[in-house]
Amino acid sequence: MTALTATPITVHAAPARSFFGGVAAFARREFRDAIASRWFLLYTIAFTVLAVGVSFLSLSGVGSHGFAGFGRTAAGLLNLIMLVVPLMALTAGAGAIAGERERGTLIYLLAQPVSRTQVILGKYAGLATALVCSLCIGFGVSAGVLAWRTGGVGIAAYAMLVAFTALLALAMLSVGVLISVVSRRSAVATGIALFVWLALVFVSDLGLMASSILFRLRVQEIFGLAILNPMQSFKMAVIVNMNASLDVLGPVGAYASFTLGRALPWILAATVAAWAVLPLALATILFARRNSP
Amino acid sequence: MITATNITKKFGRITAVSSVSFELADGASLALWGSNGAGKTTLIRCILGVCRFQGRASIGGIDVRRRGRHARALVGYVPQELAFHDDARLASAMAFFAGLRRATPATAARSLAAVGLTGHERKRVRDLSGGMKQRLALAIALLSDPPLIVLDEPTSNLDAAGRGEVVHTLRALKQAGKTLIFASHRPDEVISLADRVLVLERGRVERDTTPAELWPTEKPVQVIRLHLAMAREEDAAEALRRAGHAVHLNGDGLCVAVARDRKAEPISALALHRIEVRDIEVLDDVRFPEVQP
Repeated sequence: MTALTATPITVHAAPARSFFGGVAAFARREFRDAIASRWFLLYTIAFTVLAVGVSFLSLSGVGSHGFAGFGRTAAGLLNLIMLVVPLMALTAGAGAIAGERERGTLIYLLAQPVSRTQVILGKYAGLATALVCSLCIGFGVSAGVLAWRTGGVGIAAYAMLVAFTALLALAMLSVGVLISVVSRRSAVATGIALFVWLALVFVSDLGLMASSILFRLRVQEIFGLAILNPMQSFKMAVIVNMNASLDVLGPVGAYASFTLGRALPWILAATVAAWAVLPLALATILFARRNSP
Repeated sequence: MITATNITKKFGRITAVSSVSFELADGASLALWGSNGAGKTTLIRCILGVCRFQGRASIGGIDVRRRGRHARALVGYVPQELAFHDDARLASAMAFFAGLRRATPATAARSLAAVGLTGHERKRVRDLSGGMKQRLALAIALLSDPPLIVLDEPTSNLDAAGRGEVVHTLRALKQAGKTLIFASHRPDEVISLADRVLVLERGRVERDTTPAELWPTEKPVQVIRLHLAMAREEDAAEALRRAGHAVHLNGDGLCVAVARDRKAEPISALALHRIEVRDIEVLDDVRFPEVQP
Protein backbone atom coordinates (compact mmCIF):
# COMPACT_ATOMS: atom_id res chain seq x y z
CA MET A 1 0.00 0.00 0.00
CA THR A 2 1.25 3.44 -0.81
CA ALA A 3 1.84 5.57 2.23
CA LEU A 4 -0.23 8.69 2.37
CA THR A 5 1.79 11.82 2.19
CA ALA A 6 1.40 14.33 4.95
CA THR A 7 -1.07 17.05 4.06
CA PRO A 8 -2.26 20.04 6.06
CA ILE A 9 -5.02 19.43 8.58
CA THR A 10 -8.44 19.71 7.00
CA VAL A 11 -10.62 21.65 9.37
CA HIS A 12 -13.88 21.11 7.53
CA ALA A 13 -14.71 18.18 5.28
CA ALA A 14 -17.27 18.55 2.50
CA PRO A 15 -20.67 19.21 4.10
CA ALA A 16 -23.37 16.57 3.94
CA ARG A 17 -25.41 16.42 0.75
CA SER A 18 -28.77 18.12 0.59
CA PHE A 19 -31.72 16.03 1.71
CA PHE A 20 -32.95 15.30 -1.80
CA GLY A 21 -29.41 14.78 -3.08
CA GLY A 22 -28.93 12.01 -0.53
CA VAL A 23 -32.30 10.47 -1.39
CA ALA A 24 -31.43 10.55 -5.10
CA ALA A 25 -28.05 8.89 -4.46
CA PHE A 26 -29.72 5.98 -2.66
CA ALA A 27 -32.49 5.80 -5.26
CA ARG A 28 -29.99 5.51 -8.10
CA ARG A 29 -28.08 2.75 -6.33
CA GLU A 30 -31.24 0.85 -5.42
CA PHE A 31 -32.53 1.11 -8.99
CA ARG A 32 -29.25 -0.20 -10.40
CA ASP A 33 -29.16 -3.06 -7.90
CA ALA A 34 -32.80 -3.94 -8.57
CA ILE A 35 -32.52 -4.11 -12.35
CA ALA A 36 -29.37 -6.18 -12.04
CA SER A 37 -31.05 -8.69 -9.73
CA ARG A 38 -32.60 -12.02 -10.63
CA TRP A 39 -35.97 -11.23 -9.08
CA PHE A 40 -36.41 -8.21 -11.31
CA LEU A 41 -35.55 -10.22 -14.39
CA LEU A 42 -37.80 -13.13 -13.42
CA TYR A 43 -40.78 -10.98 -12.51
CA THR A 44 -40.40 -8.87 -15.63
CA ILE A 45 -40.21 -11.90 -17.90
CA ALA A 46 -43.09 -13.63 -16.11
CA PHE A 47 -45.30 -10.55 -16.20
CA THR A 48 -44.48 -9.83 -19.85
CA VAL A 49 -45.15 -13.40 -20.95
CA LEU A 50 -48.43 -13.54 -19.04
CA ALA A 51 -49.56 -10.11 -20.27
CA VAL A 52 -48.82 -11.03 -23.90
CA GLY A 53 -50.54 -14.39 -23.36
CA VAL A 54 -53.65 -12.71 -22.02
CA SER A 55 -53.57 -10.27 -24.95
CA PHE A 56 -53.52 -13.11 -27.47
CA LEU A 57 -56.26 -14.96 -25.63
CA SER A 58 -58.38 -11.81 -25.64
CA LEU A 59 -57.95 -11.49 -29.37
CA SER A 60 -58.39 -15.12 -30.30
CA GLY A 61 -61.82 -16.53 -31.05
CA VAL A 62 -63.41 -13.15 -31.58
CA GLY A 63 -61.26 -11.85 -34.39
CA SER A 64 -59.20 -8.75 -34.29
CA HIS A 65 -61.74 -6.37 -35.78
CA GLY A 66 -64.92 -4.97 -34.49
CA PHE A 67 -64.26 -5.04 -30.76
CA ALA A 68 -62.32 -3.02 -28.32
CA GLY A 69 -59.07 -4.99 -28.20
CA PHE A 70 -57.34 -2.89 -25.54
CA GLY A 71 -60.43 -2.69 -23.34
CA ARG A 72 -61.01 -6.41 -23.54
CA THR A 73 -57.38 -7.14 -22.76
CA ALA A 74 -57.43 -4.70 -19.85
CA ALA A 75 -60.30 -6.67 -18.36
CA GLY A 76 -58.41 -9.89 -18.96
CA LEU A 77 -55.28 -8.52 -17.36
CA LEU A 78 -57.07 -7.33 -14.23
CA ASN A 79 -56.97 -10.65 -12.41
CA LEU A 80 -53.41 -11.31 -13.49
CA ILE A 81 -52.32 -7.92 -12.17
CA MET A 82 -54.08 -8.49 -8.86
CA LEU A 83 -52.10 -11.67 -8.36
CA VAL A 84 -48.67 -10.81 -9.72
CA VAL A 85 -48.09 -7.10 -9.08
CA PRO A 86 -48.72 -7.11 -5.30
CA LEU A 87 -46.46 -10.15 -4.99
CA MET A 88 -43.68 -8.37 -6.89
CA ALA A 89 -43.99 -5.18 -4.88
CA LEU A 90 -44.44 -6.74 -1.44
CA THR A 91 -41.43 -9.03 -1.77
CA ALA A 92 -39.26 -6.28 -3.24
CA GLY A 93 -40.15 -3.95 -0.37
CA ALA A 94 -39.71 -6.67 2.25
CA GLY A 95 -36.05 -7.08 1.35
CA ALA A 96 -35.27 -3.37 1.29
CA ILE A 97 -34.18 -2.76 4.88
CA ALA A 98 -34.22 -6.25 6.43
CA GLY A 99 -31.82 -7.49 3.75
CA GLU A 100 -29.35 -4.70 4.45
CA ARG A 101 -29.68 -5.31 8.19
CA GLU A 102 -29.06 -9.03 7.82
CA ARG A 103 -26.04 -8.57 5.55
CA GLY A 104 -24.57 -6.07 8.00
CA THR A 105 -24.47 -3.37 5.35
CA LEU A 106 -27.07 -1.15 7.01
CA ILE A 107 -24.78 -0.04 9.82
CA TYR A 108 -22.13 0.96 7.28
CA LEU A 109 -24.64 2.94 5.22
CA LEU A 110 -25.95 4.70 8.32
CA ALA A 111 -22.40 5.63 9.31
CA GLN A 112 -22.24 7.81 6.19
CA PRO A 113 -23.40 11.44 6.18
CA VAL A 114 -27.04 10.50 5.56
CA SER A 115 -30.14 10.33 7.71
CA ARG A 116 -32.34 7.30 8.15
CA THR A 117 -35.15 9.14 6.38
CA GLN A 118 -32.93 9.64 3.34
CA VAL A 119 -32.00 5.96 3.33
CA ILE A 120 -35.56 4.66 3.46
CA LEU A 121 -37.01 7.18 1.01
CA GLY A 122 -34.13 6.64 -1.40
CA LYS A 123 -34.56 2.90 -1.30
CA TYR A 124 -38.31 3.25 -1.82
CA ALA A 125 -37.84 5.60 -4.76
CA GLY A 126 -35.28 3.33 -6.42
CA LEU A 127 -37.39 0.20 -6.00
CA ALA A 128 -40.54 2.04 -7.15
CA THR A 129 -38.79 3.17 -10.32
CA ALA A 130 -37.54 -0.36 -11.00
CA LEU A 131 -41.01 -1.82 -10.42
CA VAL A 132 -42.71 0.69 -12.70
CA CYS A 133 -40.09 0.01 -15.38
CA SER A 134 -40.73 -3.72 -15.05
CA LEU A 135 -44.49 -3.18 -15.43
CA CYS A 136 -44.00 -0.82 -18.36
CA ILE A 137 -41.99 -3.47 -20.18
CA GLY A 138 -44.79 -6.02 -19.72
CA PHE A 139 -47.56 -3.61 -20.60
CA GLY A 140 -45.52 -2.15 -23.44
CA VAL A 141 -44.93 -5.47 -25.17
CA SER A 142 -48.57 -6.40 -24.67
CA ALA A 143 -49.66 -3.01 -26.06
CA GLY A 144 -47.42 -3.54 -29.08
CA VAL A 145 -49.15 -6.84 -29.82
CA LEU A 146 -52.57 -5.27 -29.42
CA ALA A 147 -51.77 -2.21 -31.50
CA TRP A 148 -50.52 -4.47 -34.28
CA ARG A 149 -53.73 -6.54 -34.23
CA THR A 150 -56.40 -3.96 -33.40
CA GLY A 151 -55.00 -0.60 -34.41
CA GLY A 152 -55.25 1.04 -31.00
CA VAL A 153 -58.95 0.71 -30.19
CA GLY A 154 -59.52 1.33 -26.44
CA ILE A 155 -56.00 2.44 -25.75
CA ALA A 156 -57.11 5.10 -23.23
CA ALA A 157 -58.61 2.45 -20.94
CA TYR A 158 -55.41 0.46 -21.27
CA ALA A 159 -53.28 3.49 -20.37
CA MET A 160 -55.41 4.08 -17.28
CA LEU A 161 -54.95 0.43 -16.35
CA VAL A 162 -51.19 0.93 -16.52
CA ALA A 163 -51.46 4.04 -14.32
CA PHE A 164 -53.66 2.31 -11.74
CA THR A 165 -51.35 -0.71 -11.75
CA ALA A 166 -48.34 1.52 -11.06
CA LEU A 167 -50.26 3.06 -8.16
CA LEU A 168 -51.10 -0.40 -6.80
CA ALA A 169 -47.43 -1.37 -7.09
CA LEU A 170 -46.38 1.73 -5.13
CA ALA A 171 -48.97 0.93 -2.45
CA MET A 172 -47.82 -2.66 -2.05
CA LEU A 173 -44.17 -1.60 -2.11
CA SER A 174 -44.93 0.80 0.71
CA VAL A 175 -46.46 -2.04 2.76
CA GLY A 176 -43.44 -4.20 1.93
CA VAL A 177 -41.01 -1.54 3.17
CA LEU A 178 -42.99 -1.23 6.41
CA ILE A 179 -42.71 -5.00 6.89
CA SER A 180 -38.99 -4.75 6.18
CA VAL A 181 -38.45 -2.09 8.83
CA VAL A 182 -40.09 -4.13 11.59
CA SER A 183 -38.41 -7.42 10.62
CA ARG A 184 -34.98 -8.41 11.84
CA ARG A 185 -34.33 -10.98 9.17
CA SER A 186 -34.93 -10.98 5.45
CA ALA A 187 -36.60 -14.41 5.46
CA VAL A 188 -39.05 -13.28 8.15
CA ALA A 189 -39.87 -10.14 6.17
CA THR A 190 -40.49 -12.17 3.03
CA GLY A 191 -42.67 -14.59 4.99
CA ILE A 192 -44.78 -11.78 6.41
CA ALA A 193 -45.01 -10.20 2.95
CA LEU A 194 -46.32 -13.47 1.49
CA PHE A 195 -48.83 -13.76 4.31
CA VAL A 196 -50.05 -10.19 3.69
CA TRP A 197 -50.29 -10.93 -0.04
CA LEU A 198 -52.35 -14.02 0.68
CA ALA A 199 -54.55 -12.10 3.09
CA LEU A 200 -55.18 -9.23 0.68
CA VAL A 201 -55.73 -11.41 -2.39
CA PHE A 202 -57.78 -14.26 -0.98
CA VAL A 203 -58.62 -14.05 2.69
CA SER A 204 -60.03 -10.51 2.80
CA ASP A 205 -62.75 -11.36 0.26
CA LEU A 206 -63.81 -14.39 2.23
CA GLY A 207 -63.60 -12.45 5.49
CA LEU A 208 -65.75 -9.69 4.12
CA MET A 209 -68.34 -12.17 2.89
CA ALA A 210 -68.39 -13.94 6.24
CA SER A 211 -68.57 -10.67 8.19
CA SER A 212 -71.42 -9.36 6.08
CA ILE A 213 -73.46 -12.48 6.83
CA LEU A 214 -72.48 -12.83 10.49
CA PHE A 215 -72.92 -9.18 11.44
CA ARG A 216 -75.62 -8.37 8.90
CA LEU A 217 -73.60 -5.46 7.60
CA ARG A 218 -75.35 -2.75 5.64
CA VAL A 219 -74.32 -2.18 2.05
CA GLN A 220 -72.45 1.06 2.82
CA GLU A 221 -70.51 -0.70 5.58
CA ILE A 222 -69.55 -3.50 3.20
CA PHE A 223 -68.41 -0.93 0.64
CA GLY A 224 -66.40 0.93 3.29
CA LEU A 225 -64.71 -2.27 4.41
CA ALA A 226 -64.10 -3.41 0.83
CA ILE A 227 -62.24 -0.29 -0.22
CA LEU A 228 -59.96 -0.60 2.82
CA ASN A 229 -58.34 -3.38 0.84
CA PRO A 230 -56.22 -1.64 -1.82
CA MET A 231 -56.75 -4.57 -4.17
CA GLN A 232 -60.50 -4.10 -4.06
CA SER A 233 -60.15 -0.36 -4.57
CA PHE A 234 -57.87 -1.03 -7.50
CA LYS A 235 -60.28 -3.56 -9.01
CA MET A 236 -63.27 -1.22 -8.70
CA ALA A 237 -61.28 1.71 -10.09
CA VAL A 238 -60.24 -0.29 -13.15
CA ILE A 239 -63.79 -1.53 -13.77
CA VAL A 240 -65.21 1.99 -13.46
CA ASN A 241 -62.48 3.27 -15.76
CA MET A 242 -63.42 0.77 -18.45
CA ASN A 243 -66.87 2.39 -18.51
CA ALA A 244 -68.26 -0.78 -17.08
CA SER A 245 -70.95 -0.62 -14.44
CA LEU A 246 -70.12 -1.60 -10.92
CA ASP A 247 -73.40 -3.45 -10.98
CA VAL A 248 -71.28 -6.49 -11.85
CA LEU A 249 -70.16 -6.37 -8.24
CA GLY A 250 -73.73 -6.71 -6.99
CA PRO A 251 -75.59 -4.41 -4.58
CA VAL A 252 -72.39 -2.95 -3.18
CA GLY A 253 -71.25 -1.86 -6.64
CA ALA A 254 -74.65 -0.46 -7.43
CA TYR A 255 -74.66 1.47 -4.14
CA ALA A 256 -71.22 2.91 -4.88
CA SER A 257 -72.16 3.94 -8.41
CA PHE A 258 -75.42 5.48 -7.28
CA THR A 259 -74.20 7.40 -4.23
CA LEU A 260 -70.72 8.48 -5.30
CA GLY A 261 -71.25 8.94 -9.03
CA ARG A 262 -68.37 10.67 -10.77
CA ALA A 263 -66.38 11.01 -7.54
CA LEU A 264 -66.10 7.24 -7.28
CA PRO A 265 -62.94 6.73 -9.40
CA TRP A 266 -61.21 9.55 -7.54
CA ILE A 267 -62.14 8.13 -4.16
CA LEU A 268 -60.89 4.70 -5.19
CA ALA A 269 -57.65 6.12 -6.57
CA ALA A 270 -57.18 8.20 -3.41
CA THR A 271 -57.65 5.07 -1.31
CA VAL A 272 -54.90 3.23 -3.20
CA ALA A 273 -52.71 6.35 -3.04
CA ALA A 274 -53.24 6.50 0.73
CA TRP A 275 -51.88 2.94 0.89
CA ALA A 276 -48.81 4.17 -0.95
CA VAL A 277 -48.25 7.07 1.46
CA LEU A 278 -49.32 5.95 4.94
CA PRO A 279 -47.35 2.70 5.36
CA LEU A 280 -44.25 4.43 4.00
CA ALA A 281 -44.74 7.32 6.42
CA LEU A 282 -45.14 4.86 9.30
CA ALA A 283 -42.09 2.91 8.12
CA THR A 284 -40.05 6.12 8.02
CA ILE A 285 -41.08 7.07 11.55
CA LEU A 286 -40.41 3.59 12.94
CA PHE A 287 -37.05 3.36 11.17
CA ALA A 288 -35.99 6.77 12.47
CA ARG A 289 -36.95 5.77 16.01
CA ARG A 290 -35.25 2.38 16.03
CA ASN A 291 -33.01 1.84 19.00
CA SER A 292 -30.29 0.26 16.89
CA PRO A 293 -29.64 -0.24 13.15
CA MET B 1 -12.87 17.42 17.89
CA ILE B 2 -15.04 15.07 19.94
CA THR B 3 -16.88 15.62 23.18
CA ALA B 4 -18.74 12.71 24.73
CA THR B 5 -20.69 13.29 27.90
CA ASN B 6 -22.29 10.49 29.92
CA ILE B 7 -22.96 8.26 26.95
CA THR B 8 -25.16 5.40 28.05
CA LYS B 9 -26.58 2.75 25.79
CA LYS B 10 -28.93 0.00 26.92
CA PHE B 11 -30.29 -2.97 25.01
CA GLY B 12 -33.29 -3.92 27.08
CA ARG B 13 -31.95 -4.64 30.56
CA ILE B 14 -28.37 -4.93 29.41
CA THR B 15 -26.25 -1.81 29.71
CA ALA B 16 -23.71 -1.96 26.89
CA VAL B 17 -22.17 1.45 27.59
CA SER B 18 -22.51 3.20 30.93
CA SER B 19 -21.85 6.92 31.48
CA VAL B 20 -18.79 7.17 29.27
CA SER B 21 -17.34 10.65 28.98
CA PHE B 22 -14.21 11.86 27.22
CA GLU B 23 -12.88 14.65 25.10
CA LEU B 24 -10.46 14.38 22.22
CA ALA B 25 -8.57 17.29 20.74
CA ASP B 26 -7.93 17.87 17.03
CA GLY B 27 -5.12 15.69 15.75
CA ALA B 28 -5.07 13.41 18.80
CA SER B 29 -5.62 9.68 18.70
CA LEU B 30 -7.57 7.56 21.13
CA ALA B 31 -7.58 3.78 21.41
CA LEU B 32 -10.54 1.91 22.86
CA TRP B 33 -9.24 -1.13 24.69
CA GLY B 34 -11.16 -3.89 26.39
CA SER B 35 -12.36 -7.45 26.18
CA ASN B 36 -15.09 -8.61 23.82
CA GLY B 37 -18.38 -7.18 25.01
CA ALA B 38 -16.69 -4.32 26.87
CA GLY B 39 -18.67 -1.82 24.81
CA LYS B 40 -16.09 -0.62 22.27
CA THR B 41 -18.19 -1.15 19.16
CA THR B 42 -21.33 0.16 20.81
CA LEU B 43 -19.49 3.29 21.94
CA ILE B 44 -18.26 3.84 18.38
CA ARG B 45 -21.82 3.48 17.06
CA CYS B 46 -23.04 6.01 19.62
CA ILE B 47 -20.32 8.46 18.62
CA LEU B 48 -21.33 8.04 14.99
CA GLY B 49 -24.98 8.59 15.93
CA VAL B 50 -26.17 5.41 14.22
CA CYS B 51 -27.97 4.16 17.32
CA ARG B 52 -30.02 5.95 19.94
CA PHE B 53 -28.33 6.61 23.27
CA GLN B 54 -28.56 8.70 26.39
CA GLY B 55 -26.07 11.46 27.01
CA ARG B 56 -24.45 13.83 24.55
CA ALA B 57 -21.88 13.49 21.83
CA SER B 58 -20.62 16.12 19.44
CA ILE B 59 -18.14 16.06 16.60
CA GLY B 60 -16.57 19.35 15.63
CA GLY B 61 -19.19 21.05 17.80
CA ILE B 62 -22.08 19.37 15.95
CA ASP B 63 -24.49 17.35 18.07
CA VAL B 64 -24.62 13.84 16.60
CA ARG B 65 -28.12 13.20 17.88
CA ARG B 66 -29.70 16.34 16.49
CA ARG B 67 -27.63 16.80 13.32
CA GLY B 68 -26.25 13.34 12.77
CA ARG B 69 -25.63 13.47 9.04
CA HIS B 70 -23.81 16.80 9.30
CA ALA B 71 -21.67 15.44 12.13
CA ARG B 72 -20.93 12.28 10.14
CA ALA B 73 -19.75 14.43 7.22
CA LEU B 74 -16.70 15.09 9.43
CA VAL B 75 -16.06 11.39 9.97
CA GLY B 76 -14.57 8.60 7.92
CA TYR B 77 -15.63 5.24 9.31
CA VAL B 78 -13.74 1.99 8.83
CA PRO B 79 -15.59 -1.09 10.15
CA GLN B 80 -14.10 -4.37 11.29
CA GLU B 81 -14.83 -5.75 7.85
CA LEU B 82 -16.27 -3.80 4.98
CA ALA B 83 -19.89 -4.77 4.56
CA PHE B 84 -21.19 -3.73 1.19
CA HIS B 85 -23.09 -5.42 -1.59
CA ASP B 86 -20.87 -8.28 -2.72
CA ASP B 87 -22.01 -7.98 -6.32
CA ALA B 88 -21.03 -4.33 -6.58
CA ARG B 89 -17.89 -3.52 -8.49
CA LEU B 90 -15.24 -1.53 -6.72
CA ALA B 91 -15.67 1.44 -9.09
CA SER B 92 -19.43 1.42 -8.60
CA ALA B 93 -19.07 1.27 -4.79
CA MET B 94 -16.63 4.17 -4.87
CA ALA B 95 -18.94 6.17 -7.13
CA PHE B 96 -21.86 5.62 -4.76
CA PHE B 97 -19.96 6.70 -1.67
CA ALA B 98 -18.34 9.56 -3.55
CA GLY B 99 -21.86 10.73 -4.39
CA LEU B 100 -22.89 10.55 -0.74
CA ARG B 101 -19.78 12.42 0.37
CA ARG B 102 -19.84 15.04 -2.37
CA ALA B 103 -16.50 13.88 -3.70
CA THR B 104 -15.62 14.14 -7.37
CA PRO B 105 -14.68 11.11 -9.50
CA ALA B 106 -11.13 12.46 -9.55
CA THR B 107 -11.06 12.47 -5.75
CA ALA B 108 -12.40 8.91 -5.72
CA ALA B 109 -9.61 7.84 -8.08
CA ARG B 110 -7.04 9.58 -5.88
CA SER B 111 -8.40 7.83 -2.77
CA LEU B 112 -8.12 4.46 -4.49
CA ALA B 113 -4.60 5.26 -5.57
CA ALA B 114 -3.67 6.33 -2.05
CA VAL B 115 -4.54 2.87 -0.72
CA GLY B 116 -3.02 1.03 -3.65
CA LEU B 117 -6.24 -0.16 -5.28
CA THR B 118 -5.81 1.49 -8.66
CA GLY B 119 -6.33 -1.11 -11.37
CA HIS B 120 -8.84 -3.14 -9.37
CA GLU B 121 -11.88 -1.00 -10.26
CA ARG B 122 -13.59 -3.77 -12.27
CA LYS B 123 -13.35 -6.31 -9.45
CA ARG B 124 -16.46 -7.15 -7.47
CA VAL B 125 -16.42 -6.56 -3.73
CA ARG B 126 -16.82 -10.29 -3.07
CA ASP B 127 -13.63 -10.99 -5.03
CA LEU B 128 -11.48 -8.69 -2.89
CA SER B 129 -9.27 -10.14 -0.19
CA GLY B 130 -9.78 -9.11 3.44
CA GLY B 131 -6.88 -6.68 3.19
CA MET B 132 -8.20 -5.15 -0.02
CA LYS B 133 -11.65 -4.72 1.53
CA GLN B 134 -10.12 -2.86 4.45
CA ARG B 135 -8.16 -0.67 2.07
CA LEU B 136 -11.36 0.01 0.15
CA ALA B 137 -13.08 0.94 3.42
CA LEU B 138 -10.18 3.25 4.16
CA ALA B 139 -10.41 4.79 0.67
CA ILE B 140 -14.14 5.40 1.21
CA ALA B 141 -13.45 6.88 4.64
CA LEU B 142 -10.96 9.31 3.14
CA LEU B 143 -13.15 10.36 0.19
CA SER B 144 -14.17 13.70 1.60
CA ASP B 145 -10.88 14.20 3.46
CA PRO B 146 -12.63 14.18 6.87
CA PRO B 147 -10.72 15.42 9.92
CA LEU B 148 -11.80 12.44 12.06
CA ILE B 149 -11.27 8.75 11.24
CA VAL B 150 -13.14 6.19 13.36
CA LEU B 151 -12.01 2.58 13.08
CA ASP B 152 -13.55 -0.48 14.67
CA GLU B 153 -10.86 -3.15 14.97
CA PRO B 154 -9.64 -2.41 11.45
CA THR B 155 -6.97 -5.11 11.40
CA SER B 156 -8.71 -7.94 13.21
CA ASN B 157 -9.36 -9.92 10.02
CA LEU B 158 -6.02 -9.26 8.37
CA ASP B 159 -2.78 -11.19 8.19
CA ALA B 160 0.49 -9.71 9.39
CA ALA B 161 1.26 -8.04 6.07
CA GLY B 162 -2.23 -6.54 5.82
CA ARG B 163 -2.04 -5.30 9.40
CA GLY B 164 1.28 -3.67 8.70
CA GLU B 165 -0.10 -1.85 5.67
CA VAL B 166 -3.12 -0.52 7.54
CA VAL B 167 -1.09 0.57 10.56
CA HIS B 168 1.42 2.25 8.25
CA THR B 169 -1.37 4.20 6.55
CA LEU B 170 -2.96 5.16 9.84
CA ARG B 171 0.36 6.41 11.12
CA ALA B 172 0.66 8.57 8.01
CA LEU B 173 -2.84 9.90 8.58
CA LYS B 174 -1.97 10.73 12.17
CA GLN B 175 1.11 12.57 11.03
CA ALA B 176 -1.06 14.43 8.51
CA GLY B 177 -3.08 15.75 11.45
CA LYS B 178 -6.12 13.52 11.37
CA THR B 179 -7.88 12.73 14.62
CA LEU B 180 -8.18 8.99 15.18
CA ILE B 181 -10.44 6.87 17.34
CA PHE B 182 -9.98 3.17 17.02
CA ALA B 183 -10.87 -0.01 18.82
CA SER B 184 -8.18 -2.64 18.86
CA HIS B 185 -7.20 -5.92 20.44
CA ARG B 186 -3.56 -5.49 19.57
CA PRO B 187 -1.20 -3.72 21.98
CA ASP B 188 1.33 -3.10 19.21
CA GLU B 189 -1.24 -1.04 17.29
CA VAL B 190 -2.30 0.84 20.37
CA ILE B 191 1.28 1.61 21.31
CA SER B 192 2.26 2.77 17.86
CA LEU B 193 -0.85 4.80 17.07
CA ALA B 194 -2.58 6.03 20.22
CA ASP B 195 -1.86 9.05 22.36
CA ARG B 196 -4.46 7.91 24.87
CA VAL B 197 -6.17 4.68 25.77
CA LEU B 198 -9.68 4.35 27.12
CA VAL B 199 -9.84 1.00 28.91
CA LEU B 200 -13.42 -0.23 28.88
CA GLU B 201 -14.83 -3.06 30.94
CA ARG B 202 -18.49 -4.02 31.04
CA GLY B 203 -19.41 -0.74 29.36
CA ARG B 204 -17.60 1.46 31.87
CA VAL B 205 -14.37 3.39 31.59
CA GLU B 206 -11.92 1.56 33.83
CA ARG B 207 -8.98 3.81 33.01
CA ASP B 208 -8.26 6.81 30.82
CA THR B 209 -4.54 6.39 30.35
CA THR B 210 -1.64 6.29 27.90
CA PRO B 211 -0.02 3.31 26.17
CA ALA B 212 3.17 3.89 28.16
CA GLU B 213 1.26 3.64 31.44
CA LEU B 214 -0.59 0.59 30.27
CA TRP B 215 2.60 -1.23 29.29
CA PRO B 216 5.25 0.50 31.39
CA THR B 217 8.79 -0.12 30.22
CA GLU B 218 11.73 1.87 29.05
CA LYS B 219 13.20 -1.02 27.14
CA PRO B 220 12.28 -2.31 23.72
CA VAL B 221 9.54 -4.83 24.29
CA GLN B 222 7.58 -7.35 22.44
CA VAL B 223 3.98 -8.00 23.16
CA ILE B 224 3.01 -11.63 23.16
CA ARG B 225 -0.45 -13.07 23.21
CA LEU B 226 -0.97 -16.22 25.21
CA HIS B 227 -3.82 -18.57 24.45
CA LEU B 228 -4.60 -20.82 27.38
CA ALA B 229 -5.58 -24.47 27.27
CA MET B 230 -8.49 -23.79 29.61
CA ALA B 231 -10.67 -20.84 30.46
CA ARG B 232 -8.63 -19.46 33.38
CA GLU B 233 -7.76 -16.05 31.96
CA GLU B 234 -8.53 -14.16 35.17
CA ASP B 235 -6.35 -16.50 37.27
CA ALA B 236 -3.59 -16.31 34.68
CA ALA B 237 -3.71 -12.52 34.53
CA GLU B 238 -3.49 -12.32 38.32
CA ALA B 239 -0.55 -14.76 38.41
CA LEU B 240 1.33 -12.81 35.74
CA ARG B 241 0.75 -9.49 37.49
CA ARG B 242 2.09 -10.96 40.72
CA ALA B 243 5.15 -12.05 38.72
CA GLY B 244 5.65 -8.43 37.65
CA HIS B 245 4.32 -8.55 34.10
CA ALA B 246 2.10 -5.95 32.45
CA VAL B 247 -0.84 -7.97 31.25
CA HIS B 248 -4.21 -7.23 29.74
CA LEU B 249 -7.18 -9.39 28.96
CA ASN B 250 -8.79 -8.49 25.70
CA GLY B 251 -11.17 -11.30 24.98
CA ASP B 252 -8.77 -13.05 22.66
CA GLY B 253 -6.08 -14.39 24.97
CA LEU B 254 -3.79 -12.55 27.34
CA CYS B 255 -1.56 -9.78 26.04
CA VAL B 256 1.71 -9.54 27.93
CA ALA B 257 4.51 -7.05 27.34
CA VAL B 258 7.91 -8.72 27.78
CA ALA B 259 11.53 -7.92 27.12
CA ARG B 260 12.58 -9.29 23.77
CA ASP B 261 15.02 -11.79 25.30
CA ARG B 262 12.62 -13.04 28.00
CA LYS B 263 9.58 -14.19 26.10
CA ALA B 264 9.35 -17.52 27.94
CA GLU B 265 9.06 -15.92 31.38
CA PRO B 266 5.28 -15.58 31.40
CA ILE B 267 4.89 -19.21 30.35
CA SER B 268 7.11 -20.31 33.23
CA ALA B 269 5.18 -18.10 35.63
CA LEU B 270 1.92 -19.68 34.54
CA ALA B 271 3.36 -23.18 34.76
CA LEU B 272 4.03 -22.57 38.45
CA HIS B 273 0.27 -22.11 38.84
CA ARG B 274 -0.48 -25.17 36.71
CA ILE B 275 -1.94 -23.04 33.96
CA GLU B 276 -1.14 -24.52 30.59
CA VAL B 277 -0.45 -22.33 27.60
CA ARG B 278 -1.89 -23.74 24.37
CA ASP B 279 -0.41 -21.26 21.93
CA ILE B 280 1.78 -18.20 21.86
CA GLU B 281 1.59 -15.39 19.33
CA VAL B 282 4.39 -12.86 19.09
CA LEU B 283 3.06 -9.49 18.07
CA ASP B 284 5.04 -6.74 16.43
CA ASP B 285 8.10 -5.14 17.97
CA VAL B 286 7.39 -2.02 19.93
CA ARG B 287 9.80 0.68 20.99
CA PHE B 288 8.11 3.31 23.11
CA PRO B 289 10.56 6.15 22.52
CA GLU B 290 9.80 6.08 18.79
CA VAL B 291 6.09 6.44 19.17
CA GLN B 292 5.83 9.00 21.92
CA PRO B 293 4.90 12.43 20.57
